[in-house]
Amino acid sequence: MTANLVARSGSGSAARPAGSPVLSVKDLHVTFGSEAGDVRAVRGVSYDLHPGQVLGIVGESGSGKSVSAMAVLGLLPDNARVTGSVELEGRELLGLSDREMSKARGKDIAMVFQDPLSALTPVFTVGDQIVEALTVHRRLSKDAARERALELLDVVGIPDPRRRFKNFPHEFSGGMRQRVMIAMAIANDPKVILCDEPTTALDVTIQAQILEALKSAQELTGAAILMITHDLGVVAGFADRVSVMYAGRPVETGAVDEIYYRPRMPYTIGLLGSIPRLGTAGHGRRPLTPIEGTPPSMVDLPDACPFVARCPIAVSACQAAEPELLPAGPDSHPSACHRRADLESGTIPIDEVYPLPVIPETSLDAVPRAERQPVLEVKDLSKHFPLLRGAVFKRRVGTVKAVDGISFEIREGETLGLVGESGCGKTTTLMEILELVAPQAGSIAVFGREAANLSGRERMEMRKDIQIVFQDPMASLDPRMPVGDAIAEPLRTHGWSADRAAARVSELLKLVGLEPYHAARFPREFSGGQRQRICVARALALSPKVVILDEPVSALDVSIQAGVINLLDELRAKLGLSYLFVAHDLSVVRHIADRVAVMYLGRIVEIGDVASVFHAPSHPYTQALLSAIPLPDPRRERERSRILLPGDLPSPANVPSGCRFRDRCFKYASLNEAEQVKCRDEDPTIVARPGEADHATACHFAAALEVV
Amino acid sequence: MGAFIVRRLLNYAVLVFIATSLAYLGAATAFHPKDMYLHKNPPAPAVVMYRELDERDSNPDKPVFERYAHWVDGVAHGDFGKTWDLDSVSKHFSISVWVTVRLVSVAAVLSAVLGVLIGSFQAVRQYKVSDHSITFASYVIFAMPVFVLAPFLKLIAVQVNKAVGGDTPLLQYQGEIDPNATGFFGQLFSRADHLLLPTISLSLGLIAFYSRYQRGTMLDVMGSDFLRTARAKGLRKGRAILKHGVRTAVIPVMTLVTYSTITTFAGAIITERVFGWNGLGSWFTDATNHADVNSVAMITLFSAVLVLIAGMLSDVITAVLDPRVRL
Repeated sequence: MTANLVARSGSGSAARPAGSPVLSVKDLHVTFGSEAGDVRAVRGVSYDLHPGQVLGIVGESGSGKSVSAMAVLGLLPDNARVTGSVELEGRELLGLSDREMSKARGKDIAMVFQDPLSALTPVFTVGDQIVEALTVHRRLSKDAARERALELLDVVGIPDPRRRFKNFPHEFSGGMRQRVMIAMAIANDPKVILCDEPTTALDVTIQAQILEALKSAQELTGAAILMITHDLGVVAGFADRVSVMYAGRPVETGAVDEIYYRPRMPYTIGLLGSIPRLGTAGHGRRPLTPIEGTPPSMVDLPDACPFVARCPIAVSACQAAEPELLPAGPDSHPSACHRRADLESGTIPIDEVYPLPVIPETSLDAVPRAERQPVLEVKDLSKHFPLLRGAVFKRRVGTVKAVDGISFEIREGETLGLVGESGCGKTTTLMEILELVAPQAGSIAVFGREAANLSGRERMEMRKDIQIVFQDPMASLDPRMPVGDAIAEPLRTHGWSADRAAARVSELLKLVGLEPYHAARFPREFSGGQRQRICVARALALSPKVVILDEPVSALDVSIQAGVINLLDELRAKLGLSYLFVAHDLSVVRHIADRVAVMYLGRIVEIGDVASVFHAPSHPYTQALLSAIPLPDPRRERERSRILLPGDLPSPANVPSGCRFRDRCFKYASLNEAEQVKCRDEDPTIVARPGEADHATACHFAAALEVV
Repeated sequence: MGAFIVRRLLNYAVLVFIATSLAYLGAATAFHPKDMYLHKNPPAPAVVMYRELDERDSNPDKPVFERYAHWVDGVAHGDFGKTWDLDSVSKHFSISVWVTVRLVSVAAVLSAVLGVLIGSFQAVRQYKVSDHSITFASYVIFAMPVFVLAPFLKLIAVQVNKAVGGDTPLLQYQGEIDPNATGFFGQLFSRADHLLLPTISLSLGLIAFYSRYQRGTMLDVMGSDFLRTARAKGLRKGRAILKHGVRTAVIPVMTLVTYSTITTFAGAIITERVFGWNGLGSWFTDATNHADVNSVAMITLFSAVLVLIAGMLSDVITAVLDPRVRL
């Protein structure tokens, strides 16, 4: 059925399903026995995968997408019961012994896992691990295996394979390790490659490199790829067909364009509406549409639509029976929704399935930026760490320039997004600001007062005005402290009486969309999104003026993320807050920030208002960063060409001379000799772009380039 | 690396010197060898007593630091003094140390190998009946001190011998070898027979100890991503666990195993006593009973050297096993 659809939609250029599928999964069920009862992790997954085709499986954590892939490989723990059928080229794989299954694993079906940092055995060299993948399936002489392994390392883009062959995994960066995983996966020319979130743990420019490596690996082997991800952007550009999973079942499946442009299931519609987008024109404060609530428990699911509790268009039929996966109309793709006909006919317009939340305006928005007071000024801030060697006798062998002279200011009611890849110095910057002492070099001023000149008492007072929300809400709340106490802690520290603090806690819980009676509960009783709300409440307890948000939504699922982003937006307007929003996800920053600063190796390379920076990025790094982001829009994704940066982020202990970006810069490569000398010898300073009010760049040859 | 090792060895030499000196001074102050002579029945003549005490460098009329200086001087020249029965300490040591080596070598290797294997096996079969029974047995062994376990083994041997009957008892539990054993194989068998019970007595505790650790580290590894990768490559479960799992899980356990194995060679006091082996452990108890300062100092010196070798060796082994900590 889906085969026809794919042909009709004419999406993508990859091979059309010709002949029989290479992998055919039918009615796959996986149940785990647990003390609470049977957990039905996968409840009927079916798909056909044809040679050279890419099927994307999209879903949030717990939707059963990874479990279904592991079931195909036969790698689930012993307490899993798997039923249904998995056929590889007509041969049934379920029920095979480990011995027989091992012959198919790694040879016909290969797998690339999510976390490349832990997926390689730490005690063997990468070369040996690739050789093992080869020799486990066929007889090869030592030299032949080595040659083939070197070839594979070269294919996946590892420079200097002969030297790297002998290295251990810990000597590789995350991106390089993922390349090694791909090399192992394609070692035996597999027919199917299962990719489980292969780029989730990577930075965005590295993600672009890895997706490219996967694509060329696929072209080389002609394998079919099953791409499991939560990122709708990755799938849009990479997959031919998409299957959206919810509560252990596919709820919508079809060609990629069908799913993105004609979704017929409220969950898919919600997912698409909840992702912040880079491409929205103008000052994009279109509120996101979060999906309220949380996915159901997979124990004792009633015979009802599992999405019913979160669905804005649910009717009584949705409570009565679980909908089948059926086409919504004569030329539509299958979806599992009782109201698919209404969605198909347009009785319910897709845009109106979710009510658009109203984000209040703040009176400050009307005041021009220049007339507002600066709340946080950072000037030429530097933080260098000594690099030490030696276990017994420490000696200094170098300097890590974590932050190397950055300046920015945040004014009242404004949000500054600080973006950059891991290791660029974002977190160090935050820690320096929060410490509120004299930095190694430069200055930090809050409300015009120098942090260096504060007395201990004044510093304590100042802390009320500047608070932080951390990335991981699971780790940043004490699991043994009721959340009410956690929120009251800053209040009690600053001398509030217990009664006053309790009243304030109720107020705060309501403010962040929770109930006052939640105060007595423990963090484990809340979902990730709710925990992050609690962290926000704690940060707001002392009515700060500035809130530092360190990757506040990156640990959350997409649909939950939207709710927290909207909450932050709303609080900013209601309470007149200023945010310093640190993130690696540029789409989120595009959505929430007024201004953005892009960091690279301890420096700000570009800063300005979001519209200018995102629409006319003028530093090559910003351009590459923006271009690397996959857009959740298949048509635009197909038309884009990516700027791929070579190599990894250099170590801040070994900063290149002159412009620190030059050895990865595509522009540098296109310059003539005299111009290159300038980049090599002169460290560019950050200067305002001519003719623009709020936009500055640190590049000798800055020129705007539209990439999104 | 070379300079690093030299620096470590120098450090160690100083530590050994301090440890041994403290042991000497402690023993020299606490022991009263003169009283031993006075309580002898019939008492030794005073002349003989003082001559012997002088010979042992233990004359209480001399200040302790003078005795110590004399002893250090001797040690520097390779002379470790005399034992309580005026034998040479060096000679006694060179005999006893080999007795101990013969006694504990098998037990040390066996318990390391079995401990790691049993621990890994338990982790693979976590919460199954076999895992629970081994855990239970381990705790029974932990709860049983060696001075209970060793005589208990002896008791079993007696019963077995009774049940089997015959002229010579089947299980031997006294000494190293039957003096009447003849021929290479006859002697070999007799040695093995005598070694059986003390080896069990020494190993059981160590096996229980190592297997608990190995089980823990192995459980961490069982759920690891790289083991899943190994299986996704096409390795069978057993092979993946053995090659990628045990190999990684054994790293932290090896530190412990190396340390305990090496220090076992300092002598097994109770096992040696119970089974009548005249190794370092027996010597140590005899020496303390006879207020013999020189012997105690010698054994302490040897133990200190062993501890430091163990420390060094466990670092080296970790570095060999784990590329992440290589220098």
